[in-house]
Amino acid sequence: MAKRIEDLKIIENKRLNNDFFVLELSANDKLPVFKPGQFVQVRVDGSPKTFLRRPISIHDVDYGRNTFKLLIQITGKGTKTLSKLSNGDFLNLIYPLGNSFGLPDKNEKILLVGGGCGVAPLLFLGKYLKSNGYVPDILFGFRNSERIIELEEYLEIGKVFLTTEDGSRGEKGYITSHSIFSNGTYDKIYCCGPDSMMRAIAGYCKKNNIACEVSLENLMACGIGACLCCIVDTVNGNLCTCIDGPVFNITELKW
Amino acid sequence: MVNLGFSIGDLHFKNPVLTASGTFGYGPEFDDFLDVSRLGGIVVKGTTLEPREGNLYPRMAETPSGMLNAVGLQNKGIDYFEKNIYPSISGYDTNIIVNINGSYVDDYVTLAERINTLDKIPAVELNISCPNVKMGGMAFGTNLDSAREVTRAVRAAYSKILIVKLSPNVTNIVDFAKVVEEEGADSISLINTILGMSIDVEKMRPALSTITGGLSGPAIKPVALRMVWQVAKAVKIPVIGMGGIMTTSDALEFLLAGASAVQIGTASFIDPQASIKILEGIEKYLIEKGFSEIKEIVGYINRTK
Repeated sequence: MAKRIEDLKIIENKRLNNDFFVLELSANDKLPVFKPGQFVQVRVDGSPKTFLRRPISIHDVDYGRNTFKLLIQITGKGTKTLSKLSNGDFLNLIYPLGNSFGLPDKNEKILLVGGGCGVAPLLFLGKYLKSNGYVPDILFGFRNSERIIELEEYLEIGKVFLTTEDGSRGEKGYITSHSIFSNGTYDKIYCCGPDSMMRAIAGYCKKNNIACEVSLENLMACGIGACLCCIVDTVNGNLCTCIDGPVFNITELKW
Repeated sequence: MVNLGFSIGDLHFKNPVLTASGTFGYGPEFDDFLDVSRLGGIVVKGTTLEPREGNLYPRMAETPSGMLNAVGLQNKGIDYFEKNIYPSISGYDTNIIVNINGSYVDDYVTLAERINTLDKIPAVELNISCPNVKMGGMAFGTNLDSAREVTRAVRAAYSKILIVKLSPNVTNIVDFAKVVEEEGADSISLINTILGMSIDVEKMRPALSTITGGLSGPAIKPVALRMVWQVAKAVKIPVIGMGGIMTTSDALEFLLAGASAVQIGTASFIDPQASIKILEGIEKYLIEKGFSEIKEIVGYINRTK
């Protein structure tokens, strides 16, 4: 699929809470068919301190309206600047980038695990799985209840389970200690979140022989396989998160 | 119609915009964004005799108006290049230049001999300035005797166009330029990255796995421009300028300072079409200023009072 560089119009900048916002972007030309797990490289203008583009995963796509959404967490200067953009502003993107999550086998029991901003690609993935006849369970972990995003759309995909580190909503503790792991068994887990969380989930999956794909968010410069900065150590040597990933099967990783 | 062409020795370039090694892959990475064949040349990823995995992650840090990298010459080696990459890029209608690196003088010589046999590679860029490898690299480019030795040895083994890429991490870069010119280099390219570092104060540790890395981007442009100006005045062979060129105006500064051509590096990470936009911008500038040849502006500031 050809990659594009294009100015896209922000048709809505919706603040979800202190930390998260969603940008809905509209393209002039017909959108290419995105694959769940793919990402975009966003240019942040206006400051020498936001020199490089920001890689952001595709959160949701609406081909009917020819729009797609990015769910973004404010973590630094670049994302802070993006959070202040207004409806009607334009944003320069390189997209779509990266590989995608793989479809599970028929009749497999699926769990989507997202931590913090890692929930972003799982909405697109969840909808994609649902449209292919799967009903995945969904487990999200947030630091506290104030950070939890709206869950309505996820509830339309499957059952949603929650953890918060302070117990303000859902089960208390880290995502990996949720009772779902002692009660249910899954055939395949898709995971996106902080590195430590993904490693813990990968460890659980290896121990219990569960297939698992994780979406990494390594620091990157170009996003198109030229700079070799976003490498991940795999059984096949150093691979680029941007073109060989961001989705990796845990059997490929040296975790 | 303006003539954008220039030559290094008997090698003609259709225009003075090239892409810098390590920032443009091998070319195909950018096929979706531009017609690579429109460029004056592409300098492909630094190549070594043996495959190299490079340095550990993290190997990049964003800094004000720039970035630090410590990639460490990750590449699949010359065998893989010859067999798998060369056939897929030899169709580009532009000068493909291979950037060569080694730990020892013999490595450079062997690489140059191997590349000498590839018909569609008219030039090599001798990288004696990589700051991110433990052996070789910048060690050759920061010692006059070593720079002389490696340039002499490669010159003796390589019959096509030899470009030597200099390190800015020296006290007087002009001395190095003169030495490589004396040893038969056909051209000098400069500057490679400037050695730098960054610390994550939250995590209280260096941002890069290697602690230090090479700084690139507009942050280094004034330093690069000064060095290109100094070198261009001191040598007779063509100089290729680079270092933080993001716009047409940046590129023109290097040409006016005496560079016969420029390489676009880090800019391609932010705008993959930067090189073509700069090429178009230079042509427009020449027309607007009433020049008919690129040559007329090269070193312009050194000819006028």
